[in-house]
Amino acid sequence: MVIVEIPIGPQHPALHEPIMLKVKTDGEEVVEVAVTTGYNHRGIEKLLEKNSWIRGMYIAGRVCGICNAVHTQTYVQGVEKLMGVEPTPRANYIRTMVMELERIHSHMLICAVMAEIVGFDTLFMLMMRDRERVMYLKELITGSRVHADIHVLGGVKRDVDEVRRARILDELRKIEERLKYYKKVYESDYTLIRRLSEVGRISKSDAIRLSVVGPTLRASGVKSDVRFDDPYAAYSEIPFNVEYRDEGDSWARMMVRLDEALESVNIVRYTVEKLPQGPAVPKTIPRAAKPGEVISRVEAPRGELLYHIVSTGGSNPYRVKIRTPSFLNILNTESTYLGHRLADVPVIFASYDPCISCTERVVVVDEKSGRKAYVSLKELARGG
Amino acid sequence: MRGAGMGAKAIRYSPWVMHFNAGACNGCDIEVLAALTPFFDPERLGVKLAPNPRHADVIIVTGALNKKAAERLRRLYDQTPSPKFVIACGACAISGGVFTDSYPVISRADKVVPVDVYVPGCPPRPEAIIYGIKKLLDKLGGHLESSAR
Repeated sequence: MVIVEIPIGPQHPALHEPIMLKVKTDGEEVVEVAVTTGYNHRGIEKLLEKNSWIRGMYIAGRVCGICNAVHTQTYVQGVEKLMGVEPTPRANYIRTMVMELERIHSHMLICAVMAEIVGFDTLFMLMMRDRERVMYLKELITGSRVHADIHVLGGVKRDVDEVRRARILDELRKIEERLKYYKKVYESDYTLIRRLSEVGRISKSDAIRLSVVGPTLRASGVKSDVRFDDPYAAYSEIPFNVEYRDEGDSWARMMVRLDEALESVNIVRYTVEKLPQGPAVPKTIPRAAKPGEVISRVEAPRGELLYHIVSTGGSNPYRVKIRTPSFLNILNTESTYLGHRLADVPVIFASYDPCISCTERVVVVDEKSGRKAYVSLKELARGG
Repeated sequence: MRGAGMGAKAIRYSPWVMHFNAGACNGCDIEVLAALTPFFDPERLGVKLAPNPRHADVIIVTGALNKKAAERLRRLYDQTPSPKFVIACGACAISGGVFTDSYPVISRADKVVPVDVYVPGCPPRPEAIIYGIKKLLDKLGGHLESSAR
């Protein structure tokens, strides 16, 4: 049989972000997948070096619009460690609240997109409708639907008052009800189960070997969650379960996300009900950091997010290295497509909850020889 | 306005919108996606999401346009049949936003393709995106006004 190469992307109805999958097929069967990136590189690490600590917060948030509060949290908690400031307990609770709301809307978004990819448009539309409730809550707390920008060094920008707390609890009740319904749909719908289960399976040992993170790892039976293993913000005080499953296929990954979203509803409810008294908005904001370096880890909706921040003193960071969860989840899992049909490629790809804007870290352009050479991230990761 | 004329009149009741992410942070993209779902219901204006540039009338560009994505945007624009219109959505597509001085970005959509409507915001609200599309339709010869008569 002739092997045909089919490019999927960078503009493709099944992918909402610019990435290119070069899929080689033998008939319907996929024999090779190569991920081509570089459509979303924005030079953020360099920008962070050029700008001050405070401007850096906003740039870090704009690494990814879906998990922006998580990125800001990772950056801010690292910088706070360098500057020697501690956020107040109330500020920590509000940060946790925003981050968990973000997790709910992120997981709802990918479950909706997955439904759209398998052709279940009604579920997509319904989930997007109910996701608006979460966006409304984010707007209620932070003032913006998407980019929260609620962090400041040493606290948060706005407090949550009694009126808002009552409204959040009321909305959460409705969101929880809908999420339980969607979980039931994903558990029982024939089409979804047939399209998702046994597709793109990663075994437990493979998941560890490929160093995937987040729901992708937990769906393969590994109970690993930074919120639990290395608590930050207010997570050490909040009771919650780490959701995991043993199946390891695309369906399990979606189920882990829905379970986690339900768990996040409980976390938000806890933070709203047990919000500590005291100030949340700091009076003064520090400007300069001491020399030193810090590694800061946060569980983003897609998995472990890591910032390595180096300071030589002064008002700017010396170096900020960002390692995002999608980087590992997309680029290390090229092998999981093999042997499946072409129609399963978008399903498997979406089941990793790809966030391309997070992934685009390294693209080498050789300007000297006058020609652009896009070195693949994987080669670079191997030291190529 | 380019393309205005008989052809432009033909699309004013039902423009098909294609969304291209040219190096955005996803913020605008999820808002464009949200704007195209029933909660905001753009289909009351006849707006529908087109999967393919060859079916599209309006291209919504988001993001700071890095060099690789800008080439793609130009190609998509050339593949779109006339009359075609471009909406630059979000601070990054208009002026680069926080990425203005970064090395890989062109930071303005209108350096690559002609832009008809600019929707500011970081990210713009879904209502603002629909308002931008509505503005474009008004420019094409009065969308709702003409149908209300």
